[in-house]
Amino acid sequence: MKLTLRIWRQRNADEPGAMTPYEVTGISEDMSFLEMLDQLNERLILEGEEPVAFDHDCREGICGACGMVINGQAHGPERTTTCQLHMRHFADGDTIDVEPWRAAAFPVVKDLVVDRSAFDRVIGAGGYISVPTGSAPEAHATPVPKPVADLAFEHAECIGCGACVAACPNGSAMLFTSAKVVHLNVLPQGAPERESRVRGMVEAMDAEGFGGCTNTGECAVACPKGIPLTSIGRMNREYLRAVVKGTPSGGR
Amino acid sequence: MALATTRTARDPSLIGSLWRSTVGKKAVMAGTGLIMLAYLVAHMLGNLKVFFGAGEFNRYGHWIRTIGEPFLHHMWFLWLARVVLTASVVLHGVSAYQLSRRDLAARPAKYRHSRRRSSYATRTMRWGGVILALFIIWHILDLTTLTVNPNHQEGHPYQNLVASFDRWYVSAFYIAAMLALGLHIRHGFWSAAQTLGANSPRRDRALKAMANLLAAVLTCGFIAVPVGVLTGVVS
Repeated sequence: MKLTLRIWRQRNADEPGAMTPYEVTGISEDMSFLEMLDQLNERLILEGEEPVAFDHDCREGICGACGMVINGQAHGPERTTTCQLHMRHFADGDTIDVEPWRAAAFPVVKDLVVDRSAFDRVIGAGGYISVPTGSAPEAHATPVPKPVADLAFEHAECIGCGACVAACPNGSAMLFTSAKVVHLNVLPQGAPERESRVRGMVEAMDAEGFGGCTNTGECAVACPKGIPLTSIGRMNREYLRAVVKGTPSGGR
Repeated sequence: MALATTRTARDPSLIGSLWRSTVGKKAVMAGTGLIMLAYLVAHMLGNLKVFFGAGEFNRYGHWIRTIGEPFLHHMWFLWLARVVLTASVVLHGVSAYQLSRRDLAARPAKYRHSRRRSSYATRTMRWGGVILALFIIWHILDLTTLTVNPNHQEGHPYQNLVASFDRWYVSAFYIAAMLALGLHIRHGFWSAAQTLGANSPRRDRALKAMANLLAAVLTCGFIAVPVGVLTGVVS
């Protein structure tokens, strides 16, 4: 395959970036999108140019490190992560635009790499359960009904890649935050911090400069793990419940 | 050994907490939106009395002023409704403005490909809302205060209504505004349910169907009046 790539190149956070065209040849259909970029980078290094910077880690679609907007879609045309997107979904001769996640809360570090530490701070504001350390508890001490376990697991699937924020026209982190809130709030282990968790995380999310939710549904379409849009409704209910109860926000 | 930890943080106030967070402010929008929606259903049903003739419609217009009597004084119910609705419109609009400002700032750069997957109703909520706000101002000047009404006869709502809609451009603006209203409700009703946490995977489809039904019924019900005047059914 022969492709024309237009990639966002930006030397650092302070300098302006621009879309830069690159021709790539000899691309196999079986390559992943990242392997295709690896091939481009190898050539750029040989030519003495700066390789394209992008985040990646497991390349198995489970870590959430990779992520770029391909032809206007977060993670590209398939519902998966960029590392699991294969070149067979493109046609020979295509022109492909590759851009970083765009959101005020995710500043560009370099090229396609953005700073997603805002997510870490949202997690730090309540995305955990406080448990006594020591010996492991007896497995059957806390029964969890199967439907609850399934619901929690569905939301625990979130890998924090940020595609929801990138896809949202408001740069909102509601789907990410709701996945974390629902995951822990439905479980008995998460119950003691149920109210302070949701308040803390929503406050942290707002403080990071993410936008609000207008229920466009773009996030749930982009999510490689299929977190449903109704999770946001569930988190809204948890939040309003906590506010009505008057529990102060958590986080430490 | 156990250590008691005292809570030092003061409980935040309910209203303040809601207004400060994006989720809370959106809940204010949802709540005020539902109040206005409930009013619109009653308003639309009342409007349809116009098809039963001038006497019936004017009697209905008079009855609105007497609701709650003798417990409430003359027109108190009407003024109560006006106060609640004005507060709702203002809160709805201010929340929308503040949230929109925030949303636009949160996504400063656009992508090369603008892919539009959300529905037309969803994409037009902001400008649709502006159109509706302008319409409300016109509507009150035309048929409540009668400032811009050609008939301008207080106590004769039927005659005022017919005189107003006899101008084709007024009817056209009214119909356009009602189409905008339908789109606004189509997204707004479901969105309000989601915002207030009433949505769930099981209810999602039913809520969307309900939103479409409400939008269609209200739009058709409201549009029937100017269409009736223009076609001569109401004169």
